[in-house]
Order: sequence, then structure tokens, then C-alpha cells
Amino acid sequence: MQITQLTAFDLLDQIKKRQLTARDAVEAFLKQIDKHEKTIGALITVLPEYARERADQIDQMLADGRDAGPLAGLPIIIKDNLCTQFAKTTCASKILIDYQPPYNAHVVEQLEKAGAIIIAKANLDEFAMGSSTENSGIKTTRNPWSTDCVPGGSSGGSAAAVAARMAPVSLGTDTGGSIRLPAAFCGISGLKPTYGRVSRYGLVAYGSSLDQIGPLGADARDIALVMNVISGHDARDTTSVPESISPKPDYLTKLDTPLKGLRIGIVKEYQSSDGIDPQIVAAIDQATKLYEQMGAQLVEVSLPHTQYAVACYYLVATAEASSNLARYDGVHFGYRTPNPEDYIDVYSSSRAEGFGDEVKRRIMLGTYALSAGYYDAYYLKALKVRMMIRQDFEKAFEQADIICAPVAPTTAFRVGEKTSDPLTMYLSDIFTISANLAGIPGISIPAGFSRDSLPIGLQLLGNYFDESTILQAAWQYQQHTDFHRQIPAGFIEQ
Amino acid sequence: MSDLNYKVIIGLEIHVQLATQSKLFCACPNRFGDEPNSNVCPVCMGSPGTLPVMNKKAYEFAVRTAMAMNCEIARYTKWDRKSYYYPDLPKNYQISQYDLPLSQNGNIEITVAGEQKKIRIRRIHLEEDAGKLLHEGNVGFSQVDLNRTGTPLMEIVTEPDLSTPEEARVFGTELRTLVRTLGVSEANMQQGQMRLEPNINLVITKDGKQYKTPIAEVKNLGSLRALERACAYEIQRQLADWEKTGVTMETGFKSTRGWDEQTGTTVLQREKEEAEDYRYFPDPDLVPVVVEKDWLDAIRKSLPELPIARRARFQTQFCFSEKDATTLVEDRATADLFEQALSLGAPVKVLCNHFISFWAMHANQRGVSIAELGVSAPRMASLAKLVGDNKINNTTAAALAEKLLTCPDDPADIAQRENLMQVSDASSLEKILDEILIANAKAVEDARTPGKKQQKAFGFILGQVMQKTRGQANPQVVNQLLQKKLAEKN
Repeated sequence: MQITQLTAFDLLDQIKKRQLTARDAVEAFLKQIDKHEKTIGALITVLPEYARERADQIDQMLADGRDAGPLAGLPIIIKDNLCTQFAKTTCASKILIDYQPPYNAHVVEQLEKAGAIIIAKANLDEFAMGSSTENSGIKTTRNPWSTDCVPGGSSGGSAAAVAARMAPVSLGTDTGGSIRLPAAFCGISGLKPTYGRVSRYGLVAYGSSLDQIGPLGADARDIALVMNVISGHDARDTTSVPESISPKPDYLTKLDTPLKGLRIGIVKEYQSSDGIDPQIVAAIDQATKLYEQMGAQLVEVSLPHTQYAVACYYLVATAEASSNLARYDGVHFGYRTPNPEDYIDVYSSSRAEGFGDEVKRRIMLGTYALSAGYYDAYYLKALKVRMMIRQDFEKAFEQADIICAPVAPTTAFRVGEKTSDPLTMYLSDIFTISANLAGIPGISIPAGFSRDSLPIGLQLLGNYFDESTILQAAWQYQQHTDFHRQIPAGFIEQ
Repeated sequence: MSDLNYKVIIGLEIHVQLATQSKLFCACPNRFGDEPNSNVCPVCMGSPGTLPVMNKKAYEFAVRTAMAMNCEIARYTKWDRKSYYYPDLPKNYQISQYDLPLSQNGNIEITVAGEQKKIRIRRIHLEEDAGKLLHEGNVGFSQVDLNRTGTPLMEIVTEPDLSTPEEARVFGTELRTLVRTLGVSEANMQQGQMRLEPNINLVITKDGKQYKTPIAEVKNLGSLRALERACAYEIQRQLADWEKTGVTMETGFKSTRGWDEQTGTTVLQREKEEAEDYRYFPDPDLVPVVVEKDWLDAIRKSLPELPIARRARFQTQFCFSEKDATTLVEDRATADLFEQALSLGAPVKVLCNHFISFWAMHANQRGVSIAELGVSAPRMASLAKLVGDNKINNTTAAALAEKLLTCPDDPADIAQRENLMQVSDASSLEKILDEILIANAKAVEDARTPGKKQQKAFGFILGQVMQKTRGQANPQVVNQLLQKKLAEKN
């Protein structure tokens, strides 16, 4: 099998057995990037020199018989809202177009310590605001399954890159579905961990109480491998969970445990959802049937407040964003307007010229929601609804071990199809947003293809800090299906 | 103008920088006077992706202060973001505490002209300080120094219980003494470690009717004197304004004013119709603070004796005047030094005398506190003991004190070495006295004759002995000897 088609697990195995060098791996993926980046547009920065240098170091360590870490030699692509001292971190925004951070994100430190090699930084919707990656201020990313279609967003670059086998795994971030939606659209697996499981230190904030970093890859095992490295407590993020409250497990150990007796919740309210593609409903039904055959037990659960999730999200996330993005003012870092009239104009013109429309829209929404006289009616109300959504899940997880749901109401839509209608675009996240509001983990895995050969995703939601069970359920499903092994035509090396 | 009187209403908002090692939300040194932008890191520079981590020591310092001001300490608090755009604020929001301050409802007692008065404290909370803009040279741009960014800042808000400029100043002094005693701030006002903002207005009664003048807030006063002067100025200005325009709180706006030290006036900065919208909301990057009872108990136990109690004790136990006790206690280190010297066996009366006379004088001359003179408690005690044991007199003590400022030796050693020890040895003094008596027959004569000249002659002979012994004669011994001699020759 070609190097670019290998899973991370197999690739690491070959490097470990010295059947393959880290340099070979890096060269193979750089070649794939070279060949396909023009059509796909998944990447903002490619780091060939940096990657080769790192690869040679790791090969040297391995040759010396030293421990080069659990991910020694694994090429990885990370979303360009994760800070790197060695490469620009643009957030796909003109306002940070030349911004080079003075430090590395926690996950970057962890990956490098583990021997992984960051070979590129991926495109996204500007500041992770969007569901299609069309809001990137830098480039449009295409879906490898159909280049007329979007890859989903906001981690569209991270998902498209893995689907196009530019790297075996990638990191994305998920605030309202930004890992799970593009994973579904691009036919790969993607995990949003529990809020607090992975340190946000070095993730450029969009909605701080919702943002979470997670891996994307071909299958659940590759995701578990990366989770073992990036998760765990970090004193620099006070919202990251202390070991004493939830010790970090080895995510690989539970994968092969059979599902017998696992209680899978089916959400009552999702059964009657209008506007959901019947092909997706059918694929989810098939999946639940398969789970039953594997010994799981289906139970109906209710999430009565889930209908308010989108509205709640667009108040909480935008309020936080309006504050988080206040620092891009042309004074301290990033883009500054060339000829300001006075210091107020440094602010207004730098921001007017630097931010794209969607970012401005969300900053205005959030500013409005936090304004005196509106705070109680909007932000405070949203926090109350958020609490109710959280309680819905707490109740549901008394009856079920995991919850099975669609990822999105449709498969990948066409580029430009929804850009003029932000509200329709917002509804793409209707099934993913609740998990962020509640803080629970969720994974998206490939569960079939539509008539026009576009991937369909299946979402498994888990209880707080119980990523292990949804990874296990995902991996077991993948033992009985091969949707996750499909690679879009044209991306397989001949 | 027949029947007019008025009442002054003053409330204070005071910002105190806490003397923690590091900043409030990052590990950068919390230090004044370094090279611009040298004590900074990605967190306090507000670099994208960074997150704050609370400095527990700063929180503890604020709790200590709140306890000393009899405040209720909250068991659950949170952090809020206060949004406004200014170039010295890199995140364009300040992390502060809005609706759940770490403490509220306290009080502190002040004494003005012998009268005690309780001033209520509305709230005490913590927030991060902003950076500084430098407008140096005519270069067409300003520079930003972020060293101060993230310094822990404690905000203390009083109820409007102060009714004279003097009370405001006394309150400020009391607070400065308190935070120094607690060891939570050096409260050096020149360095901006304590900044005062009074809110002032008047309730005027004229011909039986009441009128309230619009509230003026004077920003950022950098000294206690400025506070008193600004309040006094505002009273006169508001009175004159009202007499001229009749504008009241109902018809006018709250104003923000600046203090001009040169002209001794306040200057209008802005008048606002309504409060500025800071869009406060809970900071999602910081977990709420849950305060354990054990921790609070431990802090309460560690509180030192507070200035009010210590001052009272210094008055009753050591017989200091109120003024001297206040001066001594104002600096905790000085008061500690005093008590330390005392515990080393220094006689109380002598030590008190030394502190209020030459030690205070030297400190004043150098613009430092007595504790900062560099003379240790053992050396101060030793000096006082020399006087107490009649080995030197107070004149020699004052001279020795001056030497102690530059010489590290023990005062007893210096006295010995420089032959300053008092001569109490009767036989050697007698010899000197005899010589003087022989040489001054006229004075001896006068000293023997009761009358106006007797006292003067006594003094003259004593002075002669002192001159001969270079001030080292024990006056008591000389006196006894002289009495004896005069009686003998009679």
C-alpha cells in the first residue's frame, strides 16, 4: 500500500519497525500536497523545510535507539488558529495575515514532544466562524469528493487535507460543530472532546466557553492515538480538567472491547426533524440496526430543549467572540490600516479592512447581546437555556451510555449555495451545537454515501469525559463497515 | 444669601496596587521602574490564544485587606470582562469583578480632631491594571509600555460618609497605613501604587429648601494633599456654580474632572448623561473562585495587629502622644523596629525619646522611614541602654546616633573607642571639680549664697566640668560632689 493511504497507526508501526523512515513519510505527504493543493486549497502554510528537518532529527533519534515518542515520525496538519512560533498563524483572516505568535500552543508542544511532525497549517473559516470554510479570508477549500462542493467548516482545511490524504491525521477546533461537520462532509472521522479535556492554551479564541481542539483522521483508532498525546491537564488553562477530577485514560485500551449491553440513545426530537435529507435518516437507521446486531441496546432519550440550541449558541458564541476579537485593533499586533486619521481611526479602519463580513456580523450580534438593557433578555437568557440543554443531556445519559444522531441535515452543499443566506448556513450545525453548549464529547464517523456519492456522517455523543466509549463504539462500527476506508478518486497514488 | 448652609458629601474610590511577586494573571514580575516592555509575556501582552491564570496571593492580599476593614468575604466570586478600547489595554477588555466582588459591607474608623467616625466600605474587588502610554518627544506617535499591564489592582469603594476634605485625607492616610501594616502594598503614591478618586457633591439648604449639586468625580489624585485640596476646591466651585446657574443633580449631569496641581483647580473632562456601557460579562477563560473556609480562617489568624489597635497601645503602654503614635504606626516596619528594640531590653522612656527626637529627625531629613535608616534594632537598643545605664547622656546619644548611620559598629564599642563613655567615677571627677573650684572663687562664692545668682553659679560650674570632660561627666555625680564640696568649705 502507498504511504499516503496508510492509517496513522500503520504508518507509525512501519516507522517503528524501521521499514519506513520519518523522512520517507514526510516526502510522500509533501508530494501529495504538491500534487493536490491547487485543486483542493486546504492549506494556508506548507512547511517543507521545517518538516524535513524534524523528520531527519527523528530518524536520527530512532537510529540512535532513543525513544522519539509515541507519534515519532507522524506527519500531521493543524488548523491555522493554533499558535506556532515557527509558522504564521493567520486564522484565515486578513487581520492576522502576517502574524507570527511568540509561543507554541499547548497541543503543538505536546505533538512535537511526542515526535509528530507538523507539515502544514490548514485553512478555516475566518476565526473559525462558519460551516463551509467559504468565510476564509485567504482561500476557498474544495471537497475532495466533489470539488464543486464545500468541505464543511470551520475546520474545512483540516478535513479536506485528511480526505485528500495530504496527512494521515489533522487537528481541528470545534465551537459549534466545526470538527464534526467537515469530517462528515469529507468522509472521515473527527472528535470534539469534552470541554476541558484538551488545553485551549494557544488556540486563538472564538467562543471561549465552547471552543475545543480535537483530532481528525481516517478512523477512531487514529483519533485515539492523537488524543493520547494532546489531552490532559495544563495549568495554563484553568478550564482544563485536573487529573484529580478526571484522570486522562489511554484511549486505545477500550477500542476492542465488544459493545454487548451498550445502551445507545436515539433522540426522540430528532426523529421528526423537518428538512433533514431522507438519505441521511436511512443511513442513521442502518447504523443503529448494525449496532443492535452487535449487541447494543437502543433506548429512546429526549432532549426537549435542543430546539433552542441554535438560537442559544448564536448569543453565547457571538457575545464571547465580540470580546475575544476586540484585541485585533491595529495597535498591538496584526494588520494596521496604512494611513489612519487619528487613533480612533486606527481602530475602526484596521478592523473594517481586516475582518470579513461574517466576523463583523458576529461581532455586531455579540456586542448587541451584551449591551446595557439587552444583557438580561439575550445573554442571560441564553445562559439559562444553556443550563437546560446541559440538564437534558445529564438526564439522557442516565438512560443511555452514548447517543446516536445525524451530524448534519444535508451532505456537502455546493460552493456558493448558502453564502447569501447566513441563517440557512447556521442551520447546518443544528445537530452539533448542543454538544458544545453542554460541553459533552462527540465524534463524527463515515456511515455511507448519498446517491451523488457524497459522504454521510454519523454522530455519537458521549457523557462528560467519556471519550473512550464513543471511540470504542466508533471503532467497533468501523470493524463492520468500510466507509471510512474509502478514498476519493484521484487521491490514490497509482 | 441670608439663610444658606450646606453639607458636603464625599465618597472615595481608591485603587491600590498589590505588592505581589508576580502579576495578577501571569508569572511576569510585578515591578516598577524597569525598562519599558521588559516585564511582559504573551499573556499580559494579550497575544491571541493566551489564557489568564489567577494569582492566588493577590486574592489573599485583597482578602486580608477586606478582613481588616471588617468586610463580608464572599465564598463564591467570579471574574468579569469590562470592555473599552484604549491603546494601553492590549485585550481591549479589563478583567475585573462586576456583580460579585470578593468582599463588601465593611467599615473603618477614623479620628479627626479627636472625634471618632465610622466610614462604611461598600465593596473591595480585584482587577488588572492597564499599561502606560508614553508621549515623549514630538515624534507624531505615542508609545505603549506594558510593564504595568496585569498588575494586581485592588479597588476600594466607600459609602459617601466623608463630610470634609480633612476627613477624606485622614481616611486616605488611615488606608495607606493599613495596607502597609498588612504588608499588601507599599502604597507609594508617587509611583502610583495608590490612586484616589473622590466623588463630591453638596446638599445646600436655602430658605428652608434643599438643593443637591451634581456629583463630580475627580480622577486619579496622586497624593493625600491633592485629595484634600481637590475636595476643598470642588466645594467652593460647586457652591459658586449653583449660586450662578442653579443647576442641580436633577437638572445637570454627573461630571468627571481632572486635578491641576499647578493652578490648584479641577478641570472638566466630560459630562455624561448616562453610565458608559462596558458590556460586562463573566470571563469564560477563568473558572469561578470558590473560597474555602479553612483558607479564610488561616488568613484571619495571620492578620497582624491593626494600626488602630497598635496606635492605642503605643499611647497607653508607651506614653506616646497621639501624634507621635500615629507617625510611628504609619509605617509598620518602624513600629516593629521600635518593639523589637524594646524586647531587646531598651528602656522604654529613653527609646521613645530617641524615636521622636533624633531618629525621626534623621528619617525626615533623608525622606525615608526610621526603619529605612539602616540602624538595626539591636544597635538602637544598645544606644538606649547606654543612656539608661547612665553610661552616656542624651547629648552623647544624639552624637552617637549620627555615627551609627554610617558606621556599622555597636554604639557601646564606638563610645568606648572614642572615649565617649560618661565619667561617673567620683575620684576622677572630684579632681577635675577641685581644679575648677579653685580657679573660680567668685562662682563658688555665689553658689554658696542663697539668692538669684546661686542657680546660675551652679550651672556655670557644671558647665565647666562638662567642658573639661568633653561632655562625658555624669551630671548627677558631679552635682552630688559639688553639693558636698560646697557644704564642706562652708
